[in-house]
Amino acid sequence: MVSLTVNGKTVSFDVSGDAPLLWALRHQLHLTGTKYGCGIGSCGACTVLVNGAPVRSCSVTAASVDGAQILTIEGLALGHDPVAARITAAWIAEQVPQCGYCVPGVMVAAVALLRKTPHPTDGEIDTAITNLCRCGTYDRIRKAIHRAANAVVTP
Amino acid sequence: MTGPALVNLSPSLGRFNLSPLLSRRAVLKGGGALVLWMHLPLLAPGVSEAATGINSLVPVNAWLKISATGVSVVSPASEMGQGVFTALAQLVAEELDVDWRSVRAEMAPYDPAYTNPMLGGMRSGGATSIRAWFLPMRQAGAAARVMLKAAAAQVWRVPVESLVIGSGLISHPASARDVSYGALAQVAARQKVPVDVPLRDPSKWILIGHSMPRLDTPDKVNGQATFGMDVRMPGQLYAAIRHCPVYGGTLSRLDDSALKGKTSGATYVPGVVAVVTLKDAVAVVAEDWWLARSALARVAVAWAEGANSGQTSAAIESALVHALDPKDPRSLAIAVNRGDADRAIADAARTVEAIYRQPFLAHAALEPLNATASVTAKGCELWLPTQDQGQYPRLIADALGIRPDKVRVNTTYVGGSFGRRFEADVGLQAALLSKAVGKPVQLIWTREEDIRHDVYRPASISRVSLGLDVLGRITGWRHRVTSPSILGRVNPGAIKDGVDKTAIEGIADQPYPLPALKVDYVRQETGIPVGYWRSVGHGANGFVVESMIDEAAAALGRDPWRFRRELLTSKAPRALRVLDLAASKSGWATPLPPIAGARRGRGIALHEAFGSIIAAVLEVTVFKDGRLLLDRLVAAFDCGQMVNPDIVEAQVAGGLLFGLSAALTGKVTFERGRAMQSNFQDYRILTMAEAPPVEVHLVASGEPPGGVSEAGVPPAAPALTNAIFAATGRRLRALPVLDHDLRDAEVRP
Repeated sequence: MVSLTVNGKTVSFDVSGDAPLLWALRHQLHLTGTKYGCGIGSCGACTVLVNGAPVRSCSVTAASVDGAQILTIEGLALGHDPVAARITAAWIAEQVPQCGYCVPGVMVAAVALLRKTPHPTDGEIDTAITNLCRCGTYDRIRKAIHRAANAVVTP
Repeated sequence: MTGPALVNLSPSLGRFNLSPLLSRRAVLKGGGALVLWMHLPLLAPGVSEAATGINSLVPVNAWLKISATGVSVVSPASEMGQGVFTALAQLVAEELDVDWRSVRAEMAPYDPAYTNPMLGGMRSGGATSIRAWFLPMRQAGAAARVMLKAAAAQVWRVPVESLVIGSGLISHPASARDVSYGALAQVAARQKVPVDVPLRDPSKWILIGHSMPRLDTPDKVNGQATFGMDVRMPGQLYAAIRHCPVYGGTLSRLDDSALKGKTSGATYVPGVVAVVTLKDAVAVVAEDWWLARSALARVAVAWAEGANSGQTSAAIESALVHALDPKDPRSLAIAVNRGDADRAIADAARTVEAIYRQPFLAHAALEPLNATASVTAKGCELWLPTQDQGQYPRLIADALGIRPDKVRVNTTYVGGSFGRRFEADVGLQAALLSKAVGKPVQLIWTREEDIRHDVYRPASISRVSLGLDVLGRITGWRHRVTSPSILGRVNPGAIKDGVDKTAIEGIADQPYPLPALKVDYVRQETGIPVGYWRSVGHGANGFVVESMIDEAAAALGRDPWRFRRELLTSKAPRALRVLDLAASKSGWATPLPPIAGARRGRGIALHEAFGSIIAAVLEVTVFKDGRLLLDRLVAAFDCGQMVNPDIVEAQVAGGLLFGLSAALTGKVTFERGRAMQSNFQDYRILTMAEAPPVEVHLVASGEPPGGVSEAGVPPAAPALTNAIFAATGRRLRALPVLDHDLRDAEVRP
């Protein structure tokens, strides 16, 4: 039995010891927003926050993060987190998505970046966002992160 | 800002021969689109049963549904990232005259009504969606508007002429009554379908040509967009698959005892439902995918690897080189022969000759191949990301022994496709697995299976000779392409006189006027399956043609941009305008500021395809130690009438990066018949740190709509290698660039 707090809700579930967090989220917890792209931690489509840090969820087992706080794309959409809300608004304003498959992982990674570095340079963005986008939306990702960083925060 | 970098689908896809700006009426009366349009079942109920939705929206015709709260445009084309849902909705909404904020889009289920008139099936590809649907979708919107008005006249018993319609509302000013489209939808759907409804004058367009926000964005930023892998059916099981590592091989022996309990012959371990053998693969069906995948790893399999088991990249290259031999009897497959190119080259003041080599390329869409199928006594239903719905009813029917009308095909959002999802493989497998276990099954290929069992862009070798006169004009062009054939595999009947047109497109139709041209094609099969890959032959041939143009400029000591201008002359004004725009926006005439210890250069390339023209200028820096920086990419693009300029910009920028990624690192090699690459660690995709910033300058020309989604790919590779040549003097005639040592001579070992 593994227990996680996912998007603010604590859940306990049975899962095999070797099952990656990605597949536990998608299957046991029915959160399909987090995507499978490569299974080797390379593409970043499966990125979620584990205790605030961006993690490739295909490459850690659910059991190994027992007790952790997890944030997924579905959690970003709840609107509780001001950084997440700014990222979402910026992604819409810059019309970032094309096919959209990399989007959840990139947005989650961008939230982690802005929490740590509220006004990142292009170089800091390139270092932090190692996710692959096959459609080539990189310019718009950069613009959206800058937009979110510069957005006026209304209390 | 960038970190260190490592570095028509078919012959029928010619220019869409109509100008919606000039000759709408003529087209309605006699153009090619008219016939097809007349056969479209406009009235959904009873005619196109599949088009009726499960929601409360009322289908007014096959192309749109109306409810009290808005309009849903039914897209005949798959949303693969190209923005087609939004663009097609704009076309309908423009004529329907409805508030854009109330417009949504949804995917059409498979129905012959949704046959793409340029592709002859319910398919999306070849950068055809706007060209194919530009007229029909507007006609659908206009017809619905007339039907709504007729419905109001019927309900109120007033003359149609006394009604005013617009922005989702129909009014009868004389009696101060008004009614929403939604309230009239039921009655409207029973009206006679009008034909020949005049379309809105382009000067009055309020949606077409405007950057409306994409309709799919909200779902894609909150995790709610349903891709193929996100489909969930009651009782659904999951499957993982392993194919014979060699294409054409078959399963010979299987041992799944490791998945059984301690007593032999017992059922499978908990969670594992079945081990299913297919002709060339074995699959495990289980209660979740991770279980299926883990169990599959414990199944021992022996394969009969077949005829291709000895194939290697070295042997393939050698066969392709051999096929370049002018004495090869297959050289009789002449594709184009204009003027006397051989004579022109023999008589030329100067000749340039070169051989270009390109590797097999994988598609590597970010969403690995997958499909969900449910086979029951009633038939087969599929849910999958696909760009070819139309092929499934017949294929599934044949595979399962059922009638084609018992097959339903539902299309999810598509997590990238680039030609790969024209293939029926994964959908058929899912159907067979569902039939085997009697439950809905979602089959997901691992990334490794996806790359190792792709249908690759063909490897090719091209030899080109061109003749130049004393003034530096091209007098003759001789071009041979040798490669395995896409059409030979997917549509052999389309091969004419030994020529696969997809292998030679982009050569004869290059923008430069050539007095003499001879193109021939040698089909050299390799045992490796090949298929459509974004921009198809234009990608490979664009690289060769624009490299050769650059070689000619270099041989003459001319500036590559000015040389191209002179070749184009005033005979190609559209191309000239695009070329000049890219040059001026890139600052071509201004030398790049030097960087100590590095060499810098700009490369330019021009390409015409899909009814559109693109020019690109790439700036690179090559350091002494061989590192390559892509500093900046500037493009100019003319696709004629645009529906949504912001989406056009995104598609062109994306296409350019797609082409750059392949040119830099893309290759699939083979040993013992096996693909040697399997995931993103060895089939590398351009990263954000490596990608240059991209500027796309759009030319608003009055031409009819051209294709967009594939047009960015062809100029990317030659712009890159031409830039490397400008920086270093080294001409790269084999891709990918990563295979070349770009270090300065003095630091090379």
